[in-house]
Amino acid sequence: MRLFTGKLATSVAALMIGAMPLHAADLMIGIKSEPSSLDPQFHVLATNMQVAFTMFEPLVMMDAFASPQPALAESWENVSPTEWVFNLRKDVTFSDGSPFTAEDVLFSFDRVAKVPNSPSAYTLFTRQIESVEAIDDHTVKMTTFQPYPLLAADITSVVIMSHLAAAGDAPEGKTTTELNRGEGLIGTGPFKFVSWQKGADFVVERNPNYWGDAPEWDKVTMRPMTNAAARAAALLSGDIAVMEDPPTANLSDFENNPDLTIAKAPAGRVVYIALDQQDRESPGISGTDTNPLMDARVREALFISIDRHGIVDRVMGGLAEPAGDLVPAHFLGSSPDHATAPTVDVERAKALLAEAGYPGGFSIVLGSPNGRYVNDVRIAQTIASMWSRIGVTTEVEASAPPVFFQNRDEMKYSAYLGAWGNGSGENLTTLNALVNTYDREQGKGTANGGRYSNPEVDALLAEAASTMDDAARGAILSKADAVVLDDFGIIPVHYEVPVWALRNGLTMEGRADQYTLPQYIVSAE
Amino acid sequence: MLVFIINRLIQAAGAVVVMSMLVFIGLYLIGDPTAMLVSPEANDLERAAVRQAFGLDQPIWMQYLTFVGNAVRGDFGRSFLTGQPAMQLILERMPATIEMVVVAIGFAVLVGVPLGMLAGLRPKAASTKAVMTVSILGFSLPTFWIGLMLIMFFSVYLGLLPASGRGSTVNVAGVSLSVLTPDGWRHLILPALTLGLAKAALIIRVTRAATREVLPMDYIKFARAKGVRPRRVVGVHLLRNILIPIVTVTGLEFGQAVAFAVVTETVFAWPGMGKLLIDSIIILDRPVVVAYLVLMVFFLIMLNLVVDILYMAIDPTAREKVRDQ
Repeated sequence: MRLFTGKLATSVAALMIGAMPLHAADLMIGIKSEPSSLDPQFHVLATNMQVAFTMFEPLVMMDAFASPQPALAESWENVSPTEWVFNLRKDVTFSDGSPFTAEDVLFSFDRVAKVPNSPSAYTLFTRQIESVEAIDDHTVKMTTFQPYPLLAADITSVVIMSHLAAAGDAPEGKTTTELNRGEGLIGTGPFKFVSWQKGADFVVERNPNYWGDAPEWDKVTMRPMTNAAARAAALLSGDIAVMEDPPTANLSDFENNPDLTIAKAPAGRVVYIALDQQDRESPGISGTDTNPLMDARVREALFISIDRHGIVDRVMGGLAEPAGDLVPAHFLGSSPDHATAPTVDVERAKALLAEAGYPGGFSIVLGSPNGRYVNDVRIAQTIASMWSRIGVTTEVEASAPPVFFQNRDEMKYSAYLGAWGNGSGENLTTLNALVNTYDREQGKGTANGGRYSNPEVDALLAEAASTMDDAARGAILSKADAVVLDDFGIIPVHYEVPVWALRNGLTMEGRADQYTLPQYIVSAE
Repeated sequence: MLVFIINRLIQAAGAVVVMSMLVFIGLYLIGDPTAMLVSPEANDLERAAVRQAFGLDQPIWMQYLTFVGNAVRGDFGRSFLTGQPAMQLILERMPATIEMVVVAIGFAVLVGVPLGMLAGLRPKAASTKAVMTVSILGFSLPTFWIGLMLIMFFSVYLGLLPASGRGSTVNVAGVSLSVLTPDGWRHLILPALTLGLAKAALIIRVTRAATREVLPMDYIKFARAKGVRPRRVVGVHLLRNILIPIVTVTGLEFGQAVAFAVVTETVFAWPGMGKLLIDSIIILDRPVVVAYLVLMVFFLIMLNLVVDILYMAIDPTAREKVRDQ
């Protein structure tokens, strides 16, 4: 018996020795979902991009405020409205020591369209590019089919792979399967690949050949932890040092915990309500024969009856900013007149409804996805009660995201809650997707589920799309934006503020695109 | 015996066909996977191209026939999300789950059977009451709560054990295992305990009930009257006869745990296949969901077969029944 206890004590001791803290220069991050692939050109997905940006770099990189900055290209210029010349950095080598040249840029852009089985191809970012040519070893010219001011923003998502390391027999060179195993995964980024186990840890280590400032961490591990409570527990126990998306309900506990600190990013994704604006008997509206949402006064009533500050404080736990516009004010093409969220005015809303011929209101169904956006259903329910207060009896119909999107695309909602993330740093993409007149062939109004349509807005957007000068384009976009908002064509509610929780002693610059990049995390000392 | 096994295999095939049809129709009715996969910035033409590439533009019966045609050749299709063969994705993750479940069930049996027998032998003792009360908690508390509480106590408060992940693994014949390293065990203990507690509670109750049922039997009384040592009465006469319900429950629970270990896996970020199933359901990754369920139906039916064969080893009357058929 004594022998047995002795053994037990030894094994317990062995277990505890194993529990020593991590090495100081190791960083462990709890991420909320896992990458679907390590192939940086396989699937346009935030998790994949964030993993790619540890090992790879694009020519142009978005900074934390979604503004394009030089990365592998030290400068660029438009030699004509359709021709872009990028001057590449000359001091860059890949993590395997081979030099970075125009050849790698050509290879990477050529590979994009060749990756098979992609659930969402990177051609999204290259579809405007007609050709990519090397002028010399460190100069690349890209030609677009038509004047396209967003090219620099688009190619921030196309990372540069080594044409030597990623060469292979398949048309795309190294296949997605090979890259998932780590073969040919050679980039110019601050870290280099160590290992990846599907569903578990993705590990990188410092790239000794990195051309920029060396990152602080010897080794970084990203561990997918889908459950927010489990992520929080792991952070509290020190298992991980950084967690994505702490639950909004726990945020004040986290802020008061001396072991933890919070990092926020600039406000980004806008949460909005789209209203059915087709001249038809709207499916979710009862109590009237025509579609009351065709009347701008009704839309205004719905617009001003929402208490945005209340939603931000009580539903979002302060992790949002009330929105009066479709993009935050620092974006190019935001509307200065709508920079502050409108104040709630119930009396005026009621008066507007009466004036429009609905003194008794009507009933409407508000569609919402369940679990797609932060607190989506709770926001919808809160808005429903605010609308009901002015006489528009609102019922929330919450569905699983795939069902929701299908209903939206089949226009089964009279009003629905949506959100739009803007990765380009300017209002053109948001307006084009949400309020441009729907046109399947031209890819306009792809997320315009309310089918808002205003020829004035369409004309302004068409003009902006071919205006290469940033300031001039910004002015046109502001104007288009103001027209939509003055017409109450869509109802912005708030901008989400991405948030992270970190162990005390770490700081992080939160990025508007929500990527958790280890090179942005540093010790406070 | 052979007829019996063949019968079971035919049943398995039937169940697989019915199940795959139901899952196909079910996922089809829920919605369009491309809505979840394709970037919102893609336009409708790009979305249609993805739908076509995945064969989702075909009528549902056509998609099903294509699936069946490939499946009989062993090809369950590629995951929409990762582009990898669906069966391969599942098999890659299977060892992690099986390992956790084996440890959990092992724990449940080692703890559950002795405690259950004690409780059955001494129904009035205070220790029995304590054990029974705790066992009620064991299977009525939700797994995720137990998991989080264990994390809070052992990881956050005591700082003894890691809260997540699988730790270092050793590769044995292409299968990575954590049970062979101390670090792997440290990671394995909490998830296995979480999963095992509810199972242990169930086994305690089953064992106790069986013990109580067998104790008054004539052969036990006779053995005692004959002067057989109590240890032998309990260890041989009693144990052999209560094994049948225990084996049944353990077998079923093992199958359940393997197929649906998802809650524990999610709480502990354990890279098993249950998490893969849930992630795949959420984004409607049909090839993975169907392949997973096909595998599980097959697995559960095989497990039942093993349980039945064990019956025959334990219980002579079961052997005779099969022979009579």
